[in-house]
Amino acid sequence: MPKVTFIEHSGKEHVVDAAAGLSVMEAAVKNLVPGIDADCGGACACATCHVYVDPAFGAKIPEKSDMEQTMLDFANEVTADSRLSCQIKITPELDGLVVRLPASQH
Amino acid sequence: MAGTVVIGAGQAASQLVATLRAEGYADPIAVIGDEPYPPYQRPPLSKKFLAGELTEDRLYIKPPEFYEQAGAMLKLGVSAVAVDRAAKTVTLSDGAALGYDSLVFATGSRVRKLTVPGSDLPGIHYLRGIDDVKAIQPHFHAGKRMVVVGGGYIGLETAAVAAKRGLAVTVVEAMERCLQRVTSPLMSAFFQTLHRAEGVVIQTETGVTGFEASPGGGLVVKTTKGEIACDFVVAGIGILPGQELAAACGIVCDNGIVVDEFARTSDPNVYAAGDCANLPSKLMGRRLRLESVHNAIEQAKTAALSIAGKPKAYDDVPWFWSDQYDIKLQIAGLSAPGDTVVVRGDPASRKFAAFYLRDGVVAAVDAVNAAPEYMIGRMMIAQKKAVDPGRLADPATPMKSLMG
Ligand SMILES: Cc1cc2nc3c(=O)[nH]c(=O)nc-3n(C[C@H](O)[C@H](O)[C@H](O)COP(=O)(O)OP(=O)(O)OC[C@H]3O[C@@H](n4cnc5c(N)ncnc54)[C@H](O)[C@@H]3O)c2cc1C
Ligand code: FES
Repeated sequence: MPKVTFIEHSGKEHVVDAAAGLSVMEAAVKNLVPGIDADCGGACACATCHVYVDPAFGAKIPEKSDMEQTMLDFANEVTADSRLSCQIKITPELDGLVVRLPASQH
Repeated sequence: MAGTVVIGAGQAASQLVATLRAEGYADPIAVIGDEPYPPYQRPPLSKKFLAGELTEDRLYIKPPEFYEQAGAMLKLGVSAVAVDRAAKTVTLSDGAALGYDSLVFATGSRVRKLTVPGSDLPGIHYLRGIDDVKAIQPHFHAGKRMVVVGGGYIGLETAAVAAKRGLAVTVVEAMERCLQRVTSPLMSAFFQTLHRAEGVVIQTETGVTGFEASPGGGLVVKTTKGEIACDFVVAGIGILPGQELAAACGIVCDNGIVVDEFARTSDPNVYAAGDCANLPSKLMGRRLRLESVHNAIEQAKTAALSIAGKPKAYDDVPWFWSDQYDIKLQIAGLSAPGDTVVVRGDPASRKFAAFYLRDGVVAAVDAVNAAPEYMIGRMMIAQKKAVDPGRLADPATPMKSLMG
């Protein structure tokens, strides 16, 4: 199973097994990683699943949809590495993925 | 310490556990749920779960380990049947009694049932829980004929999933137009056109008068405009707040369990959150009951903060979404008949928004595949911002510049 490392804003790391097909958001929730609220459950409607994707993996993840891009525009502290984690599907190529969590989702 | 008892194990209950523990609440927590599942998300029931794109465990809001780790006892498959507020106990259907210091009603809502003759025939379904979808799924195949009674969001989402699957779908709506209770004629027309283009038959101003079993199998739906033969029916004619138990123990209810901005009911030890609660909205200028994930989450946070001794008033802009075909509708605020409707963008392009202005300020927005309109609209509603309708209507004026 692909492994994903979540790094909380405090620096605390969580390495989790993430089944291919799930979203990165779901992998965090399933593994009790704090810091992702995911209020809408992955419908790309809330922007409370914001993460920073390690630049090394940026190119391996399909581009943002228009909807993701515009929802992200309204998250806090958005950078070039920002993504909505519910919109990233885990694939075998993403084994080793590292994502960092923002200070807050609201 | 008897701790907190939560009645109902849905969206609000799950958030209550999370926020109580995050706020340092250390007393026992028990969550009573009459369904056999841990708290789960309902929105996918009429969307991806009905479409077969999600497995059941992906509906769970948190994995079962979350409640264990939080030291919250989940009692599933049992219902709370009585509350004794003087003794501060809740009696369960299995005979057990639980003491509480704080009690939360997170009982959600239940579907309004059809009452016309034949309404209890097999083949007539509702859509509120996982078990409802499981009952529909064996019939949910290409070529089957489905009648949806009620053209609200849940009915239309069900119609969309079915049409894509290849079922023959008829939506029967009693009012002049679908979504009449919740949105403007413009949006209703947009969604009716969308569904008709996908082959869905929509019959408005049509009342269902009864059902009969068809001799050859299936059902006959009798309406004020004739009969419709089908294989099964899904009814979505609204919900009723889960207030019976609260009312039975003397808590004030009026279209929901009446709470203040701190989620407190008429009993200082008892709270309510989610679909079952009737709350004061300063922003909307009236009391209301909301049926949305966001409200369940935020009101649950409010109740948890009150219980944890850190009360914080709740007065958020309501928001909601609906997915039909490739359309994502995002709604903020509450529109009302009489609002001035300002349309931004061309509905035919499937990317547009309707803003609802009341006394010159934005009171609500319905955004179709238009996230900036939705997000900025939400901020405008919160800030009661006066806007120039001409500039708002012009897609060439960036949404962000309208906030300046
Ligand atoms: C098909 C469908 C689609 C939806 N789509 C959307 C959407 O797209 N966006 C959106 O924002 N919202 C949507 N909603 C609404 C949203 O799901 C609800 O507003 C939300 O679930 C409310 O949460 P709650 O905790 O108040 O109630 P619920 O999640 O309904 O939980 C209440 C639970 O309490 C249980 N219960 C009741 N009484 C008792 C008792 N006496 N003892 C024990 N247990 C009891 C109930 O059985 C239920 O399991 C949808 C709802 C449905 C049904
Ligand atoms: S979970 Fe709501 S946008 Fe990702």
